[in-house]
Amino acid sequence: MMKTKTSVKNAQTEYVRKIKRRQFLIRLYQILIFITFLFLWEYTAKHGIINDFIFCCPSKLFATFVSMLKDGSLLHHIGITLYETLIGFVIVILGSLGMATLFWWNQTLSKVLEPYLVILNALPKSALAPVLIVWLGANKTTIIVCACSVAIFGSILNLYTGFISVDADKIKLIKTLKGSRFQCLKLVVLPSNVPNIISIMKVNIGLCLVGVVIGEFLAAREGLGYLIIYGSQTFKMSNVLLSILILCVIAMLLYTLLQHIEKKLAEYF
Amino acid sequence: MKKLGIPLLEFFNVNYSYHTISCETQTLKDISFKLNKNEFISFVGPSGCGKTTLLNLTAGLLPLSSGAIRINGKPREESDVNIGYMLQKDHLLEWRTIYRNLTLGLEIQKKKDASHIEMMEELLKTYGLWDFRNAYPRQLSGGMRQRAALIRTLALSPEILLLDEPFSALDYQTRLNVSNDIGSIIKEKGISTLLVTHDLAEAISMADKVIVLSKRPGTIKSIIPIEFGDNRRTPESARNAPEFNKYYNQIWEAIHDENEDFS
Ligand SMILES: Nc1ncnc2c1ncn2[C@@H]1O[C@H](COP(=O)(O)OP(=O)(O)OP(=O)(O)O)[C@@H](O)[C@H]1O
Ligand SMILES: [Mg+2]
Repeated sequence: MMKTKTSVKNAQTEYVRKIKRRQFLIRLYQILIFITFLFLWEYTAKHGIINDFIFCCPSKLFATFVSMLKDGSLLHHIGITLYETLIGFVIVILGSLGMATLFWWNQTLSKVLEPYLVILNALPKSALAPVLIVWLGANKTTIIVCACSVAIFGSILNLYTGFISVDADKIKLIKTLKGSRFQCLKLVVLPSNVPNIISIMKVNIGLCLVGVVIGEFLAAREGLGYLIIYGSQTFKMSNVLLSILILCVIAMLLYTLLQHIEKKLAEYF
Repeated sequence: MKKLGIPLLEFFNVNYSYHTISCETQTLKDISFKLNKNEFISFVGPSGCGKTTLLNLTAGLLPLSSGAIRINGKPREESDVNIGYMLQKDHLLEWRTIYRNLTLGLEIQKKKDASHIEMMEELLKTYGLWDFRNAYPRQLSGGMRQRAALIRTLALSPEILLLDEPFSALDYQTRLNVSNDIGSIIKEKGISTLLVTHDLAEAISMADKVIVLSKRPGTIKSIIPIEFGDNRRTPESARNAPEFNKYYNQIWEAIHDENEDFS
């Protein structure tokens, strides 16, 4: 009896150890790939195998990073891009929640507008950006509108689909309890769509960032998108690559943040 | 039966048809019956004959095609009698605790006052769910969930209770227990009830009358009064009573004469 118990326990610790070891190896390989990549890049650039004027190199990137950090310009550009992205994101989320609710409420309206939404959603938004500049001028508003235009149509369609696929019997339940339509929305439709809303948010934060960068390419004097386009025109490749790298990091951080919120919410649902 | 005067619920020649683009489906045809106070009526009939439709009409979830439904002598729309409706699945909201699921009806009808809450908590204790009040529905067994759904319905002190195959999602043993429990609460509180079920034994064990419906369009084939010698019966004692088999056969025949594929 005792013996089997300890052996069961050993099997369990053995199993946990195996899994832990595997996770450790995966992380290790990921880091190794990154370091090898940096090393090869630096090495080939230093030895003239690739042209370091065009392809830059890690040490130059780092130097640029430090100097821009020191004169404060980097944080300024990052701040602008983040600000525009977050404003766009909030507008997209509130706007699409509002529209999806309206469509749920009035399904005739949704039927009428659906084809237009589908077309607008399928339209490549970068085609829209130059038009927005002509209409709204080269300013922050344009960039935020650009960010919204990338994300909002798909967001409305997805949310609305989530709203109308709520279990009809749950709605019936609220009605048997003499609930109004508003109560159906508040007590069943919205809460049962929380996971859906979060996953739509995860997609949209990335889309807003895309929209902001497109907008900044065309209409900005500041922001990471501007740094990229200005740097490429003046062949300051270290600026360009640094900005791209930072965009990667921002996208990842924003996504992780939402994932974290999702986990917290999952404890309630 | 027990008390003369106006019945609590009356159907007069009720018809109902569903409309779709392609066709009209007549579902209920010429349904007339009375439900007295404290009375329990079970409906049995083939699948698709309109039993759920009949309950939906009573609850006011569907508009009548023709005929009339009177509650306490008044047209259904004008009556203020509280009707509780329990569906086949419990439909507890997964994101609310059991306690907050049970106060859902009170919340919707703005009746979350001390007396209603107290009554609801009393039910919660009686049915052994008090310790689970802060749990989420997924942490409960099927039988417990169904009891919770019943408490949610009873919390509004309904005078008429509509039960649409409320036990069919449960396994046999749980179903016997839960139906016994529910049968006794209903008797004890004197709630007038319409029960829809596929289970003839269940129909007989709780009912004062069993109404047999024909296949679609559902019409009333026969109304069979159920009486046992022992008038202090429980669903359990009814199942063991000598008359039980007689009723069972009688209803079985009523369903099967003409319609071969009752499922
Ligand atoms: N919303 C609807 N639109 C059109 N037809 C419907 C609708 N709901 C039900 N029906 C039809 O009406 C008939 C009766 O439906 P109902 O749900 O009342 O039957 P039921 O007796 O409760 O069946 P079951 O025993 O399977 O629950 C069925 O044939 C069904 O196809
Ligand atoms: Mg049914």
